[in-house]
Amino acid sequence: MTPLLDALLLNAGYNAALVAIGATLLGFAAGASGTFLFLRKRALVSDATAHATLPGVALAFIVMVALGGDGRSLIGLLIGSAITATIGLVLIEWIVRRTRLAEDAAIGAVLGVFFGFGIVLLTIVQTMSAGRQAGLEGFLLGSTAGMLYQDAVIIALGGSLAVFATWLMRRPMTLVAFDAEYAAAMGYDVRRIDLLMMGLVMAVTVIGLKLVGLILIVAMLIIPPVTARFWTERSGRVIWIAGAVGGVSGYVGAALSASAPAMPTGPLIVLTAASVFVFSLIFAPVRGVAAAVIRHRRFQRRVHRRQGLLSLSRQEPIREPYTLRLLAKDGLIRADGVPTDTGRAQAAKVARDERRWDVAREVHQDAGLTGRYDGLTPIEEVFTPDEIQEFDRRLGPPVAVGGLG
Amino acid sequence: MGAEFVQFSLTPILIGTLAAIACALPGNFLILRRQALIGDAISHVVLPGIVVAFLITGTLGAVPMLLGAAGAAVVSVILIEAVKRLGNIEPGAAMGVVFTTLFAGGVLLLEQSDTSSVHLDVEHALMGNLESLIWFRATGWESLLDPVALASLPPELPRMAVACAFVIVLMLVFWRWLKIATFDEGFAEALGIPATALGLGLVITAAIAAVAAFDAVGSIIVIAMFICPPAAARLMTNRLERQVWWSVLFAVLSAVLGYVFAGYGPLWFGSQNAVSAAGMIATVSGVILGLACLYGPHRARLGVGREDAAT
Repeated sequence: MTPLLDALLLNAGYNAALVAIGATLLGFAAGASGTFLFLRKRALVSDATAHATLPGVALAFIVMVALGGDGRSLIGLLIGSAITATIGLVLIEWIVRRTRLAEDAAIGAVLGVFFGFGIVLLTIVQTMSAGRQAGLEGFLLGSTAGMLYQDAVIIALGGSLAVFATWLMRRPMTLVAFDAEYAAAMGYDVRRIDLLMMGLVMAVTVIGLKLVGLILIVAMLIIPPVTARFWTERSGRVIWIAGAVGGVSGYVGAALSASAPAMPTGPLIVLTAASVFVFSLIFAPVRGVAAAVIRHRRFQRRVHRRQGLLSLSRQEPIREPYTLRLLAKDGLIRADGVPTDTGRAQAAKVARDERRWDVAREVHQDAGLTGRYDGLTPIEEVFTPDEIQEFDRRLGPPVAVGGLG
Repeated sequence: MGAEFVQFSLTPILIGTLAAIACALPGNFLILRRQALIGDAISHVVLPGIVVAFLITGTLGAVPMLLGAAGAAVVSVILIEAVKRLGNIEPGAAMGVVFTTLFAGGVLLLEQSDTSSVHLDVEHALMGNLESLIWFRATGWESLLDPVALASLPPELPRMAVACAFVIVLMLVFWRWLKIATFDEGFAEALGIPATALGLGLVITAAIAAVAAFDAVGSIIVIAMFICPPAAARLMTNRLERQVWWSVLFAVLSAVLGYVFAGYGPLWFGSQNAVSAAGMIATVSGVILGLACLYGPHRARLGVGREDAAT
């Protein structure tokens, strides 16, 4: 564990520390700016954007070599990738607006075609004399090991700008994401906001290309927002939680990869984010699977308890084993199934409740309140004490259940 | 069109064409059901499937590879469904979470194991090696009748032919069911058609087509062929039967033209080196789709007039 600890404490050398900081910043930026794409139900647009960067990288290289450079200037390659990614985004938007093809078909078409064209260009680059050592393949899966100080600066600057822009535009983007028609009625230009949202994602994609590669940057944009959504119902918080999930994943993933040989950074960052996702899927307080199971069990218990008590009050035999166990555990019946005093008292109360509900339904036929009868809610929660007294007056005196002796 | 063509170009073109058809056919239904991106997801998870199959069997034989890839495809479909239902997450995001994670796992496994020393790497998985599937023993067209020469056909060709035939047969058998279930799931269920099972079957068929094609031509073609030819076909006609025929035509056109452009195109520009055939096939299919978007007779949304569509 020592190498991992060293890496986590940024003690594993200059380069490892640089990568860890870069990955943290990138993760934060990707998580935050991916949020609105997710809320707008367009998560996979990022997939097309990422794949559409490839022809740009190759074209930029070819152009730079043709102009006499060595073609490896990172800024040049990133500008190229941004250009083709933007063309890809505009094409998706154009296909969806002008033809009857659905958005997923447009995304898939742009993704496959741009990537294919990028590969064609890559094979051209490989045959160029300058292209053999260009290492453009690194853009497919990321090449963290060769990260330089200036790469980290690009990530830091670009990432902060993306987060700042996300924060600045959070109101209109939230509106558009949740109710585009309402946003349009409020006077917002939905199309422009959509394009801006995608532009942000495009920027983060381009920034992250060098670090995690074009295929895995998609994960950094999608997984943190989906994870964050489990923990809150408020869109403003989703941004920050998603950023935090992305940042922590970037940091831990980079540290893991620095701590052992043959551990590629990009995949480890993604797998870290995926573990946080799985944890959230199971343990998130309201939306998690565990919470849902507990809710379901609790509901089941209430139904069984209620039905069991009703059966007691009517002196009907209970055969359902779960009900029997439940009543016995709560001390309402003895091991042989005979109700205890508490059980009798509770059963009487439940039976009275039921009779009160019967009366309530007669009295309040159109009140809407009786619609809240689900067999579980105590009547005191729906009607005032005065009303309940009125029901009791109509019912007559309480009757003991199950005999008194 | 002499001996050289038969030896070097005939088999890759045939394999590419069969792969394109096998992917385009299920693609027609995936597009109509708004599941176009399933092909994308499948082609990413094939990588971990192949790596796991290699780690278990220790060989690069075709059968374990295909089984591993198909297994991964089924696992990913189940996982996507589970994430969607358990987490109450919209389909696109669920798909994104699952396939990127599995892909990352595949890359990690690949780096951790010694598989990169044998011929199994990410680039190969992405680009395929269509160009290398040449027919060594062929001496000309007459080799097509020569059993000795036929025995040396690249094994990818018969494999792809079987996969393609399998997809076609399934399509013919389930045609009516597929058609009804695709357009009106509720009606299909009322008729007693097991629509859910049919949907899963469609995805598995797509996975089989993808995996078979993946082995020979790489994942780029798979993604493009699932979507571009059927999407272009959809803009040509309003009838499903004709759409399927159009998609087959477009798939064949993309494969043949793409291969020819990749192999001979650079020569026209005075370059000696061929470019990636798989990438070129995807590019040509994109050009076809672009033309269909611009000029296809049924390109506009129903109810949107020409004038609306032009604004």
